[in-house]
Amino acid sequence: MHDKTIAELRHDLDTGQCSSVELTGHFLDRIARLDPRLNSFITVAGEQAMAQAAQADRTIAAAEAGPLTGIPIAHKDIFCTQGLRTSCGSRMLDSFIAPYDATVVERLDAAGAVLLGKTNMDEFAMGSSNETSHYGPVRNPWDTDKVPGGSSGGSAAAVAARLCAAATGTDTGGSIRQPAALCGITGIKPTYGRCSRWGMIAFASSLDQAGSMARSAADAALMLQAMAGFDPRDSTSVDTPVPEYVSRLGADLDGLRIGLPKEFFGEGLDAAVAASIQEAIRAYERLGAKVSDISLPNSPLSVPVYYVVAPAECSSNLARFDGVRYGHRCESPRDLEDLYKRSRSEGFGAEVQRRIMIGTYVLSAGYYDAYYLKAQKIRHLIADDFRSAFEQVDIILGPTSPTTAFPIGSKMDDPVAMYLNDIYTIATNLAGLPGLSIPVASAGGMPVGLQLIGNYFDEGRLLNVAHRLQQETDWHRATPPGFE
Amino acid sequence: MQWETVIGLEIHTQLATQSKIFSGAPTRFGAEPNTQACAIDLGLPGVLPVLNAEAVRLAVRFGKAIDAEIAERSVFARKNYFYPDLPKGYQISQYEHPIVGEGRVEILLEDATVKGIGVTRAHLEEDAGKSLHEDFHGLTGIDLNRAGTPLLEIVSEPDLRSPQEAVAYARKVHQLVRWIGISDGNMQEGSFRMDANVSVRPRGQAQFGTRTEIKNINSFRFLERAIQFEVERQIGVLEGGGQVVQETRLYDPGRDETRPMRTKEEANDYRYFPDPDLLPLEIDAAFIADATGDLPELPDAKRERFHARFDLSEYDASLLTGSREQAEYFEAVAQESGAPKLAANWILGELAAALNRAGSEIAASPVAAHQLAALIRRIQDETISGKIAKQVFESLWAGEGEVDAIIESKGLRQITDSGALDPLIDAIIAANPEQVAQYRSGKDKVLGFFVGQVMKQSQGKANPQQVNALLKEKLKA
Repeated sequence: MHDKTIAELRHDLDTGQCSSVELTGHFLDRIARLDPRLNSFITVAGEQAMAQAAQADRTIAAAEAGPLTGIPIAHKDIFCTQGLRTSCGSRMLDSFIAPYDATVVERLDAAGAVLLGKTNMDEFAMGSSNETSHYGPVRNPWDTDKVPGGSSGGSAAAVAARLCAAATGTDTGGSIRQPAALCGITGIKPTYGRCSRWGMIAFASSLDQAGSMARSAADAALMLQAMAGFDPRDSTSVDTPVPEYVSRLGADLDGLRIGLPKEFFGEGLDAAVAASIQEAIRAYERLGAKVSDISLPNSPLSVPVYYVVAPAECSSNLARFDGVRYGHRCESPRDLEDLYKRSRSEGFGAEVQRRIMIGTYVLSAGYYDAYYLKAQKIRHLIADDFRSAFEQVDIILGPTSPTTAFPIGSKMDDPVAMYLNDIYTIATNLAGLPGLSIPVASAGGMPVGLQLIGNYFDEGRLLNVAHRLQQETDWHRATPPGFE
Repeated sequence: MQWETVIGLEIHTQLATQSKIFSGAPTRFGAEPNTQACAIDLGLPGVLPVLNAEAVRLAVRFGKAIDAEIAERSVFARKNYFYPDLPKGYQISQYEHPIVGEGRVEILLEDATVKGIGVTRAHLEEDAGKSLHEDFHGLTGIDLNRAGTPLLEIVSEPDLRSPQEAVAYARKVHQLVRWIGISDGNMQEGSFRMDANVSVRPRGQAQFGTRTEIKNINSFRFLERAIQFEVERQIGVLEGGGQVVQETRLYDPGRDETRPMRTKEEANDYRYFPDPDLLPLEIDAAFIADATGDLPELPDAKRERFHARFDLSEYDASLLTGSREQAEYFEAVAQESGAPKLAANWILGELAAALNRAGSEIAASPVAAHQLAALIRRIQDETISGKIAKQVFESLWAGEGEVDAIIESKGLRQITDSGALDPLIDAIIAANPEQVAQYRSGKDKVLGFFVGQVMKQSQGKANPQQVNALLKEKLKA
């Protein structure tokens, strides 16, 4: 049951071969049995999930089911859920219960999806390995000594291990695509503004974007369809109609222009990963795509630009966690300053503190122009590179991550090595473009992710290009050993 | 040494919107603590601001009223600092790109000359909450009702040269924001708060002296005194061979002095940067036209018109245009009565005094404009004398009815019939032979005695001019 796609489950539910209560019970049982190996969930909402499932069964019986009615999913613990703890992977919010649902949560709830629980993540989404979580690291189902990627590592591991049918994630610099690649699933970060950020705890507001993580492009499309759309509560959400993603799947790729940025295939790219990507390129050529080399000359600057812009925004976004109104507060503060210092020092982990300090520094008087302002200028140049590229090609293709999953603990002492994991994903966030990762190979038993980048609001094409490859290959069907 | 004072003001005026600048919570004053703060005002995780269009509309009205350029594109920025009543750890304000650019406000100086004061800019921002230190033993209470209330911060050029000019400017801005309906200007409730940047320099020196900022002054009287104190303090420091330290100070009305604020609070580096949660604010000509289309005639224009058209003194015209309500009241009375000068005198005299005694304002006057106009008409057509009119006014104030009914029911109509006055005057002349003799011997002043007697015996209803004439006639004989 757990190995089926959402479309297959939809068929089973609608034809009475199983009920949502059975399906939900089955996934909850798997979480109870298997998740201790992975630590992919922070909170499991069993009772609530069963009640939602029962409601979904009534909807199905009344023949009013939508594509997601009764489908068990999970939310990254960055999305606020009314009445259910939202920790953001931090001690700071260990006891925080939001009095509202995030728009994404609200929409999936309205679509009838069943919420199994909240998935583990890097603290405040700051990390590429899911090791910065207050709730402990998540383990990669393909090799539990390895990281699942981050920051949406819990969602990626849970989907890969078949602990839920699909999950939500957020992507600020690669946090959907990189864990999707490392865990061998499909993850899409849509155009900035496509999904509402309301109720999604902010890391870097100008980069954060919600997206879906699933076993296939078709499943990711079903999820995104429900999540996307304008929201008046988010001033940066874009009022553009959401096209039908699913109905477009299967369109042929004859004449599709694919660009390969030379900057994504240079030094630092693992040879096995490179070979796998070349294999996928040949598959696309067989499907009728025309492949050409392109250049994104400013993209090598994207990591340093990102590590100015994102910490700057985070230093301000996280100022609200001050121990005054909610969240962690230190014991018996001596005075106001002591309250601030100790509450924040105790509530935030090392990586979050590092980024707050970097961000505070780059916004400081005397440094603002040299860092923040300069980074913003380069950000525009990076976006311009993409703009020119999309005049020549329809899709940009490359690796999602330079390597496959690495051992837990191997990069925690070297933040720069950790940050370089996102070298291929960050530029799309800086430009606000949609990007997607699909599994295209296995190297040394670990999944390899292929990244596809589309033009603004071209998620439909992106999903179809991914889907067409998945029609030809089975990598997305592979299940980690021990989780069959 | 001769010193010159240089002052610039920053005025925070609360905009009269129903809801907050970035949330739907109400802005009503005086509610129970923390009952008017929603998740957005509380700075809960994941919430986002959405700009209130009404606040923008009101800011645009102000820009138009001071003849300033309205920015087609302005940008909200975050001002970062920690304080318990600042829920997000930053205040959303406008920094590099304010909505209202350079403008100008004219003030009337004591010598009746007009001085133009430059307005550097005016920008939109949200207010913080309130820390309550008094009511909790050893603890501080936080009330976030005010958090997110829309403010327009109006920054002047350092064009003001005395505490009196500063007050005149502040009063003018206060008049203007109320006049165009963007703020109630209520100073007790904190809807109009002033910061003064003050420095002194040797007269003739081009360069400004080091300034201090006096924060959060909420009355015009305190503004004048705070600046006065600060100017004297700075001169004292400089003449004593010292140097003025650039710092933020607070005015203590109890001691009538300014004191430095704790330096920690002002050593902040606010780390301003554009708020990524809000897109740049873009407004087009249609929005501006819509926001300003119904702007009323502004006080300066009205004052000039009153002065020119109704032949009032600059001073009276300026008093009458002190508030829009008063100006409109005057205009109604002037038009209905056809006697603008009399109308001005009554409004600035009898009515102002009565309102003052009652602690009331003209908008709540128990004597309506049409009633005062009717009263003035009755003075003009000599139905009643000016003196009797005051009696009628008191009845109007007490709500005893309309003018004519009061005159009739109290029998206050002026006696203009000489048939009724003749016997009265004759009797008084007969009863006072001594005074008659004095008058006839050339002591003209005694005439006043006779007039007084007649007025007294007629209970004020006799027409004084007519009495005068009749008396002169009869005493001649």
